[in-house]
Amino acid sequence: MDAIILQILNGLDKGSAYALIALGLTLIFGTLGVVNFAHGALFMIGAFVAVTVQRFLGFSFEQIDPDKTDFLGNPLKVKVTYVESWFGPEVGGTIVDWSVPVAVLVAIPIMLLVGFVMERGLIKHFYKRPHADQILVTFGLAIVLQELIKYFYGANPIQTPAPSAFKGSFDFGVLVGFDPNAIIYPYWRLVYFAFAVVVLGAVFAFLRFTTFGMVVRAGMADRETVGLLGINIDKRFTIMFGIAAAVAGIAGVMYTPILSPNYHMGMDFLVLSFVVVVVGGMGSLPGAVAAGFLLGILQSFASMNEIKSLIPGIDQVIIYLVAIIILLTRPRGLLGRAGVMED
Amino acid sequence: MKILGLSAKDTRFLLIVIFLTLATPILLQPFPEGSGLATFNAGYPDLMQRFAIFGIFAIGFNILFGLTGYLSFGHAAFLGVGSYTVVWMYKLLDYNVVWGLPLAVITSGIFALLIGFVSLRRSGIYFSILTLAFAQMSYNLAYSVLTPITNGETGLQVYSSDSQVLLGASEPTTPHFFGIVMRDNFWQPNFGGWQFTFNNGYYFTAIIAIIVFYISLRIFRSPFGLMLRAIKTNQTRLNYTGINTRPYTLAAFVISGMYAGLAGGLMAAMDPLAGAERMQWTASGEVVLMVILGGAGTLMGPILGAGFIKYFENIFSKINDQILQGWFSWMPDWLSGLLIEISHFFVGKSWHLTLGLLFMLVVIFLPGGLVEAGQRIARLFKKKPPENGGKGSDHHPQPAPHVAE
Repeated sequence: MDAIILQILNGLDKGSAYALIALGLTLIFGTLGVVNFAHGALFMIGAFVAVTVQRFLGFSFEQIDPDKTDFLGNPLKVKVTYVESWFGPEVGGTIVDWSVPVAVLVAIPIMLLVGFVMERGLIKHFYKRPHADQILVTFGLAIVLQELIKYFYGANPIQTPAPSAFKGSFDFGVLVGFDPNAIIYPYWRLVYFAFAVVVLGAVFAFLRFTTFGMVVRAGMADRETVGLLGINIDKRFTIMFGIAAAVAGIAGVMYTPILSPNYHMGMDFLVLSFVVVVVGGMGSLPGAVAAGFLLGILQSFASMNEIKSLIPGIDQVIIYLVAIIILLTRPRGLLGRAGVMED
Repeated sequence: MKILGLSAKDTRFLLIVIFLTLATPILLQPFPEGSGLATFNAGYPDLMQRFAIFGIFAIGFNILFGLTGYLSFGHAAFLGVGSYTVVWMYKLLDYNVVWGLPLAVITSGIFALLIGFVSLRRSGIYFSILTLAFAQMSYNLAYSVLTPITNGETGLQVYSSDSQVLLGASEPTTPHFFGIVMRDNFWQPNFGGWQFTFNNGYYFTAIIAIIVFYISLRIFRSPFGLMLRAIKTNQTRLNYTGINTRPYTLAAFVISGMYAGLAGGLMAAMDPLAGAERMQWTASGEVVLMVILGGAGTLMGPILGAGFIKYFENIFSKINDQILQGWFSWMPDWLSGLLIEISHFFVGKSWHLTLGLLFMLVVIFLPGGLVEAGQRIARLFKKKPPENGGKGSDHHPQPAPHVAE
């Protein structure tokens, strides 16, 4: 039992990332009808916003410390970050420590902007082109973004630590009444899951309970009629594109303590997220989220030693296997509606 | 003049292709050794072999994607299967490629039959995702469970402990074709600074490339090819007229899979090594780029695209600071420094950026690829109002939407 709970927990953080990316992909597809292969790149850009923020907060200058001396008796020079000198060591130190959450705040406007520019500058011209063209042009864009990041940040993964309060692991099993040391779980993964739930909840609430969201949902169902009512639906869809980009971006920011950002992480996640979207059902938001968590958890179950010894190699292929089975038995995916991307 | 059942125009076209392929070692070596532009020479065996091999790969992919509009993101799997087959034949029999290559075509064909049978039940983006899923599965398995067959991360290669039952005492111990060693050059003339290399391996691949190009030409001109085009244009209508399109698409899928297997086998024939990274989805993406860049659905497009990408991959990634400084040395310092800084984005390790940009530009402005660009330029010179693309349009049909919708 404890092993099962541990695997479910292990699947949650990956599943959260899949769900967040897949949600954005589905939003873009549902509103604009565009298949966005550059969405993984947005996730990666978010992660590198975290790296940049961490570097900015780390900028420091040398200062003579009046209280300390080195072994020769001369005054000691210490490095002080600018943030600490502005806000005092207490507050400044906390800000530096909490660089990843700070980066979320920075990432939201940046990603919104990136999303707007992408949509207005490129995607707009591809509404009427075939889906294959959309796939190809966004695939090209993904390569360009990836190579730009590689150019500026290098090819090696960059460590981005979580705030020290959330470093390390804790004994989750004791909380729910298991033996000590049965279920050890890192703090940050739980934070990531909670964060994902909040973001997913916020997006769904936004679509469900605001007038703006209502108009967008109406537009997804019947774009033309909404346009005939005198509503500028294109503008709202652009904003939705920005929101989808921001969701992918902050998902990337928060993922950095789990996986050190590298330039190809976007592509790695993109392929899986596409599988997630298709499994969930093209155009279905709840489907994307459900499939994200489902596949994340299935993947972590498949990497259990007991299962691996039963079916060797299953951990490597489980996601694709599930995708193939679902596509062949339920052509619309788990929760897909009729008439989306059908021929 | 008509040969091999082709029309006069196609015969001329085929002869031009044969001439270009056979003369490649000369044509790609336009600058003398040691001159500042020698960097742009591409007439060395390794690169020319890759032109031919990826040309074959792209020609095959074009039969599926260009004619039927089915966008597969998993063709690299067949490439990998072909490579593994040929290396296994080296290990079991001997280094003669004559055993491995036909078997590579057969095994990848069987593989394509299985994957295609399942994937072709869906179309559009679902087909793309299914093929992608199959290819990624093969890739992941090749790295993990199938290590006894694929040798995992090390890559499959021949060890001295392998049986090699047919290996005679005097036989070469590198890939060869009845004694013609692939990596040897049969002629290396030097004409007043121009260095040409005529390589066995290149001519072996080139002759195979010409044969498979001829086959693809025949497929394009056959009723079967016409049927594939009809599937791309409007599959629903075909279904309404009572035609079952599945056998046709499956045949196209298997044929293109066999082309990929042949290309993979030839890769192993040039270098007796097979690794799983050949099956990764980025490799599948590369062949898509080649076909689109050249012009999907045209005969010349895939070859142009493959040559173009492989050429720039090699040349652009070879350009370093020293060469750049050589070019810009006549400029004032600040300008040459600036230009070198800007060039850094596009050459050396970041040539992928150039590729990505170029690819986007092609998709945005030239959906027909390089072939369409050529047609437009030709039209400019003819100064005639464009009516159906002029006379040359038989060879280069007008681009239709990529996916039947």
